[in-house]
Amino acid sequence: MDKKDKSKDKGYKRRDFINSGVRLALGVSVVGTAAFTLQRSVSGKDYVWQIDPFKCTQCGRCATECVKAESAVKCVHAYDLCGYCDLCGGYLKPGAKLETGAENQLCPTAAIQRRFIEEPYFEYVIDEELCIGCAKCVKGCSAFGNGSLHLQIRQNLCLNCNQCSIASNCPSDAIGRVPASEPYMIKGDFIQKEEG
Amino acid sequence: MIKQAPRFALLLFTLILLTGTFLHAQQRFPKPEFETGYVQPDPTTPEPRAMALEYFDVFVLLAVLSLASWLATKKRSRRGLLWLSVFSLIYFGFYRDGCICSVGAIQNVALSIFDSGYAISITALLFFVLPLLFALFFGRVFCASACPLGAIQDLLVIHPVSIPSWIRKTLGFIPVIYLALSVLLAATGSDFIICRYDPFVGIFRMDGPFLMIFLGITFLLLGMFYARPYCRIFCPYGVLLSWMSKFSKWHLSITPSECIKCKLCEGSCPFDAIEVPVEQSYRAPEKARKNLRKFILYIALIPLLTVAGGWIGAKSHVFLSRVHSDVYLAELMISNPELREDEENLDIQAFLESGDTFEQLVEEAAVIRGKFRMGGMLMGGFIGLALGITLMNQVVFRRREDYEPHKGDCFSCGRCMDYCPVEK
Repeated sequence: MDKKDKSKDKGYKRRDFINSGVRLALGVSVVGTAAFTLQRSVSGKDYVWQIDPFKCTQCGRCATECVKAESAVKCVHAYDLCGYCDLCGGYLKPGAKLETGAENQLCPTAAIQRRFIEEPYFEYVIDEELCIGCAKCVKGCSAFGNGSLHLQIRQNLCLNCNQCSIASNCPSDAIGRVPASEPYMIKGDFIQKEEG
Repeated sequence: MIKQAPRFALLLFTLILLTGTFLHAQQRFPKPEFETGYVQPDPTTPEPRAMALEYFDVFVLLAVLSLASWLATKKRSRRGLLWLSVFSLIYFGFYRDGCICSVGAIQNVALSIFDSGYAISITALLFFVLPLLFALFFGRVFCASACPLGAIQDLLVIHPVSIPSWIRKTLGFIPVIYLALSVLLAATGSDFIICRYDPFVGIFRMDGPFLMIFLGITFLLLGMFYARPYCRIFCPYGVLLSWMSKFSKWHLSITPSECIKCKLCEGSCPFDAIEVPVEQSYRAPEKARKNLRKFILYIALIPLLTVAGGWIGAKSHVFLSRVHSDVYLAELMISNPELREDEENLDIQAFLESGDTFEQLVEEAAVIRGKFRMGGMLMGGFIGLALGITLMNQVVFRRREDYEPHKGDCFSCGRCMDYCPVEK
């Protein structure tokens, strides 16, 4: 009886010893992995997703690929670049004759509002409640105008998913992680990196 | 001289058109000078969620894990764990929209190990590490009450059915494959499949693709009978937690003191994670010899399976690498050159507009495919090794005289504790 108890005790001790050893090894590997990844990114910065307007090809997927039914991508207006044109590529004058080819650029949700400033200049303001991020106006503005209308991820709407589902489907790799301290790439405000 | 000016302007204009890049300085229509004193508005830039709140999430996770460990091992309160999981479901699930989560953080860690250009955020890293460290000491308390994916399924465990061991073990191997595959795809920068195919995130957000919501509801309905199906058949993080938990120091126990073998707890576990006392019969010489023979066979199989897995993994790299968009695009353009003319194909049109040459794309795709060859081999080897060890564990018997939770499979939900009549 005594002998049996003893062997039982010994067995349990051995298993405890193995368990502790493996536990230590696992703990070290977890902490080691963490330390390794952390040392790679000493900055410890936080990232958010943003569209580089110079890479964007206005394919229109931003409107449909976002995990939110109403995309977090909206059109913004870089007023610095706007020519305040009467005939805007993104906005079509109500009552204009639909024969200029520009009718395709008309905002499908009438999210662009136009205000007369002085002859012959008009200010264009985007109503984000209505904008769906389809990039139709961006295409028009880039093709016929200065390119002041462009898409941006609105950080107050973005869920900051681990992997942006628009980014995975963006044909021009225009969406990337940017530091959370500078969450926007508004044309005119930031300079595009010179290529080469 | 003056006559030449328009021609020069036209030349400049076409030049800009040809290069295709409109730097911000070059404007077709210069900004007007307003006479009416119009002040130009600034584009609005609403800020993202504050960093402090991200750290608050980590704090909440730490608090939940600590409380859950206390509830599972010291307080022994199923009710407490249940309410804590409801809190996590509301906070991490519905309030934080299911993102940030520890399950998905695997991919961030994998990407940051293999891609030096990507820096993981400290929040994501802590979400990955903390539950593992807690599992190392207290078992899978993360699954019990911090994981919103687990919580939503746990609340819907209505009529759990006991599943035959061989089905459980076979299905239980899928998470290992899923883990290996998701790490491979994340490390090569192809995709984050755990996030993309997260069945419940659409429910948390009350918004999402129809198919994923449908899948989520299917999982929940299935979960009424096969308790916590996502956790047991798919969750890749569960694999890591289970490794940790197997060697945990203070894992929850069914009975607070001496087990009286009343069998009351036997049917209480919806996950078949309670191990019954092992009969002495396996010690019979006939059976013992058979088991030993099997054990030796399986040990011999381990290196064989590892090599075979690695070989299959390396062989399948061409197929796997198609998940990466660059490889896919390069292959598509080689096999269907006529698609270059297809205006409808956005990917090809965007590539042609980008100004990169086709050779550059092919070269890039070849590099990525090389990574997949190496990664596929590692992935296959890992799966083979895991399979070998799983097989070996099937014939390892340990003497067990009490009813005990299976430390690897137990979610520490605490249901069994309620059934134990033994007083402290």
